[in-house]
Amino acid sequence: MALWTLFGLASGKATTDWPRQGHNDGQEGVFGMPRYHADACSEGCEECANVCPTHAIEAHDRGLAVDYGRCIVCNLCTEACPTGAMLPSNDWAFGVRERGDLFWSETGRERSPPATPERIAFRRSLHIRHVDAGSCNGCESELQALNNPFYNLHRLGIFFTPSPRFADLLLVTGPVTNTMHDPLKAAYDAMPEPRWVMAVGTCAVSGGIAGGNYACGTGLDGVLPVDVYLPGCPPNPAAIMEALLMFLERAPQRVRGGRLSG
Amino acid sequence: MIGTRVFQLSPDDLRPRTEALHATGGRLQFAYAWFPAREEPEVRYVSSIPNQDDFDMWVVAGHRELPSLAETIPLIGWYEREMMDLQGLTFVGHPEPYPLVLRDGGTHINGNGFANGRPHLPHVDAGDVQQLPFGPIRADVVESAEFTFLYVGEHIIHYQPRLFFKHRGMETCFEGTDPQRAVVTAERVSAVGSIAHALAYCQAVERAANCEPPVRAKALRVLVAELERLYNHLHYLGHLCHTTTLKVGEAQGKLLEEIAKQLNARLTGSRFLRGVLTPGGLRRDLDPGKWLGDALESLREEFVAYVSRLETSESHLDRLITTGLLSEKVAFDQGATGPIERASGLNRDLRRDHPYAHYPELPLTVTTLNEGDAYARERVRIAEVEASFVLCQRVLLLLEPGPIRAAFEPAPLSEGLGWTEGARGSLFYAVHIGADGRLARVKIKSPSFSNWRAFPFTVHDTNMMDYAINEASFGLTMAGCDR
Repeated sequence: MALWTLFGLASGKATTDWPRQGHNDGQEGVFGMPRYHADACSEGCEECANVCPTHAIEAHDRGLAVDYGRCIVCNLCTEACPTGAMLPSNDWAFGVRERGDLFWSETGRERSPPATPERIAFRRSLHIRHVDAGSCNGCESELQALNNPFYNLHRLGIFFTPSPRFADLLLVTGPVTNTMHDPLKAAYDAMPEPRWVMAVGTCAVSGGIAGGNYACGTGLDGVLPVDVYLPGCPPNPAAIMEALLMFLERAPQRVRGGRLSG
Repeated sequence: MIGTRVFQLSPDDLRPRTEALHATGGRLQFAYAWFPAREEPEVRYVSSIPNQDDFDMWVVAGHRELPSLAETIPLIGWYEREMMDLQGLTFVGHPEPYPLVLRDGGTHINGNGFANGRPHLPHVDAGDVQQLPFGPIRADVVESAEFTFLYVGEHIIHYQPRLFFKHRGMETCFEGTDPQRAVVTAERVSAVGSIAHALAYCQAVERAANCEPPVRAKALRVLVAELERLYNHLHYLGHLCHTTTLKVGEAQGKLLEEIAKQLNARLTGSRFLRGVLTPGGLRRDLDPGKWLGDALESLREEFVAYVSRLETSESHLDRLITTGLLSEKVAFDQGATGPIERASGLNRDLRRDHPYAHYPELPLTVTTLNEGDAYARERVRIAEVEASFVLCQRVLLLLEPGPIRAAFEPAPLSEGLGWTEGARGSLFYAVHIGADGRLARVKIKSPSFSNWRAFPFTVHDTNMMDYAINEASFGLTMAGCDR
């Protein structure tokens, strides 16, 4: 007979103390959004825009328009860029309240409005209903990882719930396939108010690779009112945790105008 | 097509050919249709023949109406239905003529005349038989799919999954794109099979371009392919413990999976090993150094201890033994693949039978069991994890410095077939390149598409309490199946 309880106790704690300062977030080496250095960008060069499979980069008269809400972190742009204006980075903590904060801007000046007061009641505990609206299973794999012993999401008072009736937050992945459109709306309608929506992964934010073809929509905009956007392909578990804590106002929003700070 | 023996057939040849294939123990792998230069369709059937390296490919050109082969070879039924739904072809005499691929909130591309919208369900006229629809949104963080149980008390009489809620039209996402860069699309068909998909895609377009990647690239491709198998199988074990309510076993399995994913990220920058492969070789060189070998060895030691604990947990084993029986005949006829077929006595593995990348140079153990139950499926996967550790260490030992990328220039109007044995089984990409040098048609045959067809046969006439365990023991994904 295996002595699982004894083994569990003898193994000690596997859970990281992150997001407390100085603790391991478990994301060593994980690529995030490519970082755009406008000063290194050469005029008239459209190499990165030409290779971007989701049109996250568009060439304009004066530099590039970069929409991190469309970025699938394929890093083709960083390989195509001849001048080092697009560089690989580890900037993955890209959760924002306003879609506008995902557009790169010179000054990073886009600002999200202050939180709505009713949300304060939900700071300590949050119940999430997840809906897969046509993902590649990458976001699900990382969401499932949140409850493994390393991240142990429960310790932060955040839980997944089976029923939308008990949920405060609807967490949606995938570009919203035509077939999942109605079930998704039904799940939202079944939630009691106040209720919020979080778009996880680039597909849910803007459609991703398949967005807008014969079988898919282009993410949640126009389908449900979105309170938190978290692009990434997929966002790693730490990025999802940061975005959830940001939503609960237990962590600051780190991205403004497409730039990560702090 | 390189890697295939091509036969031009007429529709009338199909049935005799199929009978002959069936008699020799060959197996149809998949079928697909495409429209060369937007003309009449061409339907292609790919089959494997015992003791033959190349795959046989039958080509039937210029017909929109073909005889269905599903009566002789049941597994082809889904491919025919997919072609009916997506390419508008007709297969005469199909035993399941209703749509497979869902569109627009449950109505189908050619669907009409089904008053209840559920043509897939048998008509039941017995008051004590209850119907339980489950999904497409189900409890817990899982993928979307709808299951219907017809049951009496605890006893399941009939079970019918309805998939394709997640159909994203991924095959069309390739069309018109540059073959070099489309690998990022292949990586996003099924995240937990990113490498298997990307590798099958790369090998398909490399065959079209007559391109041979350098040795170091082929060796590193095996390394990442086996790392993918590792984290998938570790997740599988943790999830299986979840369904048998072995809580510490679940936690430990998922912790080992997390360690494996963190190693993936440290090696490649992606927890899903994305952004490494490209047609011609690798996008950039990887430096496994000494740390990866050491980390894998310490993971292996923890894995061995974990498995010996699982093997002595009676409560866990009791739930697995004799659960979800899949007979060898059903596994063969319905097209089960990967660990599922190997747990039901079918000794097949593309890595050995149709070797690719660096596999011919490496020691590969293929484990086959005959029981066909959930326990056999678990043991096959455990044996595969052990074999993956051996393969990884051997690659690390033999790895020599060298180039990682060969020139890749596919000729217009060329075509290629690529395949891999992923964590869930056999995966094929058939690729056609257009006159403009861009992708004209990409067909993806994913392992879960095959295993979903076999799975219901293990559920009919079983009981509710075993269902979740049985489903977990198959390790299916929706994303790969639905595409």
